[in-house]
Amino acid sequence: MAVTAATQSLIMLKDVGKSYEQPNGQRISILEKINFELRTGEIVALLGPSGSGKSTLMRMIAGLIAPSEGQISYHDSPLLGLNPGVAIVFQSFALYPWLTVLENVELGLKAKGEPAEASLKKAMRMIDVIGLDGFENAYPKELSGGMRQRVGFARALAVEPELLCMDEPFSALDVLTAENLRFELIDLWLERRIPTKGILIVTHGIEEAVILADRIIVLGRNPGRIRADLAVTLPHYRDRKSAEFQALVDQVYKILTNPDLDLQVPATTTAQPKAQQPEKYQSLPQVRISSIAGLLELLEDRQETDLYRLGQELQLEVDDILPIVEAAKLMELVRIPEGDIHLTDLGRQFIDGRTDERKEIVQKQLLSHIRLVQQIYRLLQAKRNQRITEELILDILQAHFSPQEAERQLKTAIDWARYAELYSYDAPSGELFLEKPLEEEV
Amino acid sequence: MYPVSRDRQAKFRPGWDFRDLLTLLAMLVVIFAIIRTAAKFSGSYYGNLQIFTNPRVLPGYTAQTLLRMLSAYLCSLVFTLIYAYTAYRSKVAALILIPLLDILQSIPVLSFLPGVVLALISMFPGQRIGVEIAAVLLIFTGMTWNMTFSFYQSLQSIPQELKEAASIYRLNKWQQFWQLEFPSGAIGLVWNSVMSVAGGWFFLMAIESFTLGKQDFRLPGLGSYLKASADQGNFGAIAWGLLVLVSIIITIDFLVWRPLIAWAEKFKFETSEAQDVPSSAVLDFIRRSPTIRAFKGAVLLPMQSLLDRGIVNAFPPQSNSQVRPPRSPVLEWVNWIFLSGFSLIVLWGIWEAFLLVKVLGWSDWQQVITGAMLSALRVIVAMILSLLWTVPVGVAIGRNPRLAQLLQPIVQVAASVPATALFPILLLGLAQVGGGLQVGSVLLMMLGTMWYILFNVIAGAQSIPSELFEAAKIYKLSRLQRWKTLILPGIFPYLITGVITAVGGAWNASIVSEYIQFQGKTITTLGLGSTISQATESGNFALLLAATSVMSLLVVLTNRLVWRPLYQLANDRYRLLL
Repeated sequence: MAVTAATQSLIMLKDVGKSYEQPNGQRISILEKINFELRTGEIVALLGPSGSGKSTLMRMIAGLIAPSEGQISYHDSPLLGLNPGVAIVFQSFALYPWLTVLENVELGLKAKGEPAEASLKKAMRMIDVIGLDGFENAYPKELSGGMRQRVGFARALAVEPELLCMDEPFSALDVLTAENLRFELIDLWLERRIPTKGILIVTHGIEEAVILADRIIVLGRNPGRIRADLAVTLPHYRDRKSAEFQALVDQVYKILTNPDLDLQVPATTTAQPKAQQPEKYQSLPQVRISSIAGLLELLEDRQETDLYRLGQELQLEVDDILPIVEAAKLMELVRIPEGDIHLTDLGRQFIDGRTDERKEIVQKQLLSHIRLVQQIYRLLQAKRNQRITEELILDILQAHFSPQEAERQLKTAIDWARYAELYSYDAPSGELFLEKPLEEEV
Repeated sequence: MYPVSRDRQAKFRPGWDFRDLLTLLAMLVVIFAIIRTAAKFSGSYYGNLQIFTNPRVLPGYTAQTLLRMLSAYLCSLVFTLIYAYTAYRSKVAALILIPLLDILQSIPVLSFLPGVVLALISMFPGQRIGVEIAAVLLIFTGMTWNMTFSFYQSLQSIPQELKEAASIYRLNKWQQFWQLEFPSGAIGLVWNSVMSVAGGWFFLMAIESFTLGKQDFRLPGLGSYLKASADQGNFGAIAWGLLVLVSIIITIDFLVWRPLIAWAEKFKFETSEAQDVPSSAVLDFIRRSPTIRAFKGAVLLPMQSLLDRGIVNAFPPQSNSQVRPPRSPVLEWVNWIFLSGFSLIVLWGIWEAFLLVKVLGWSDWQQVITGAMLSALRVIVAMILSLLWTVPVGVAIGRNPRLAQLLQPIVQVAASVPATALFPILLLGLAQVGGGLQVGSVLLMMLGTMWYILFNVIAGAQSIPSELFEAAKIYKLSRLQRWKTLILPGIFPYLITGVITAVGGAWNASIVSEYIQFQGKTITTLGLGSTISQATESGNFALLLAATSVMSLLVVLTNRLVWRPLYQLANDRYRLLL
């Protein structure tokens, strides 16, 4: 890393939180008690599973969203409204399809009211730096994904932001293109060809974070909070195969797969009476039972139990594999001590079982471990016609989840229960109903 | 005419609440206000204008008709941009503007006629300009609602990240409008303009020549020319008029709509290049012309950037002031005060309307109710008859590319002739055949509306993937099974869209098709439409109010109770997964 003589505080967050009020008056907390500082000369990665509020956090730093509590400072003065020193590179590129590459890059310059020649010059320079020469007059839909994201970079860098924010900038690209762009970004940064003083990257890729960042901030969810703040001291152009690199990736994996292991426990949270809500629903990861079965089958005859290597082997990002692991863990089909994954006895039974035996196991586990499924099942049994509307369940869920998340939770609970033949769902009427017992059907 | 795709309001509120009731009552009040305007004014008209039927007057008449059309369209466009943008930018404004729009579009356009005409005549006593403005205003009311809805909907569905990019790069409101908001709505705006102008032709024919309270109002134009020719039974003149009308419509399509549609392709939110893009020879010519390119480079672009910079400098981007305050209880209070004030006005209006309608006797109400039933019956019959021929024909055209190539232009020309222009001619035929207007009005309704269904059926049939047809063949489905399990479900969403548009059109058409003045005589049949026309003509405002309200209520209620659930069903269950 190119060490600057004196680093200054660029962004400072103090007890920042974000919560939304639901239509029914319930408050849903997205982020709680976020404290960190971003200094000049740093690349900081915000890493976390989906639902940890990492994009929200980035948007608060950019000033697109106002925090509900706490304070964000920019250059030591409180931030009100849009952050004047920030540009964003978006996950979906967010290019205007009706503007050419040049017009897209010039967008921010024109908005500042720069004279036409100056704006054109700056834009052309950035197009040159980013490697888009010759494509100035192309429209975004004529370009490949990688080239489109280059336009996104050029547009952001053209306004010479102090802080460059990136919202999963490489996740919509293929593996090779993404790797190529990452290294080019590091080149630009190390060779100081861009005037940017700090970079904040939101990602769910552990390796991506370890490759790029000088600091990795790991976020947890429900609600989003900082779980670890790790410095990466490896020199840049990091070797993925080096032992230090692997050790670091392993460490991050361990933190992510072990929700109880917090490296950074905020001093203020010690006295929080968390136990006051015994009714709290688990957050069900949105995966299919078939994915869980696939994972278990894979684990059966393998010596390797390291989750990180497993993910690497399956070419799955942490965001893809963690929900599956989590679901298997909720049903006690696997155990995860210290970032390793092991089948439980029940898990073994599941693999050896025939379809209906598997269904029986899942049925038993759902009814004994998954609160939402339990509750729906009891409600259905209590009703004489054995039908309830989905709105009823959604209303209950919305005390704990945002409306979209509530719908996802219900969908998962229906999907799992359908596999276990506990209850089913009639889409046209939007009603859940009890399945007839298996014996009667045969 | 083109296949209509109406994507608005894909999600509806499932239940009913007090707002629905308020909306319905507000609709009655708006109708009352319009009709009340008519009752208030009594102006004098400058006298009858002679309409000539010599083909030599046609160029002048056509020019006047086109000018009326253009003015109405420009008004609609400006209205659309301002109205939809205001509703989009201000939540409080949207609270009033959007339900109001819903109300306005469910009132039959021709019910606005007496109010608008009489008000304008008394504003410009003795001058032709009053009637001219009234005509433009009426066409405007026929054109604008669907454009406004479409633009508002497009604004609502701009992707979040594009909006964030606009604010992070500090585009001011002016730039945001031209770089983001207008482009996002452009496609919808163009397609709805095409539909609106087609609807405009329909009304223009009726509006250029009508009778109101014993007075004949005529404006020189194609519509009045056709009417006068038919009145005289002058077949040569009719042929000339129709020829001019059809060629005008085709020319406009070639020179204006096709290029605009092809141009609007540029504003699609799509990530890859599409296969089947609309193209236009005229647009290609303009884009490739060196003269126009030079003009653009030397004049247009510098002007544009000068304007842009001027505006940016006049309103420098603000960086530190756009924090939205959290929703305060004060705002809630304002909201409630607004709503209750609105309710009070509505209640007062309802009372006034009640006082006006009170004078109606039992026989009047009997006329309105029987009329409503008869008209509803005609609308239903017209729909069934239209469906009977358009579904098989539409599917045949849609599934057979060669047939489509051959027939589509012919169908488009046939559909582009406004039905109202054909009324007088059809009547000549109907008078001979017999059966009278009882049957004739059904035919007239069909003439105006069956095309919507046909075009949608064609589009629907084309959208069914051929793999599904191959599967049907492999599994040896019988003809009946094929229709039941594949074709009908496949075209269902399109069919519903087409029928919704067609039914709306049919109600509107009932006003002009159940009560016709022809060769000095009045031909009429009992119905809600004829009641409205008759009340308009005789200046019976109480009856007009009653009949219009009943028709609007019928339209709104069938929309809510029949079409919306069906539309939802079509979206949920019969959408083809791709």
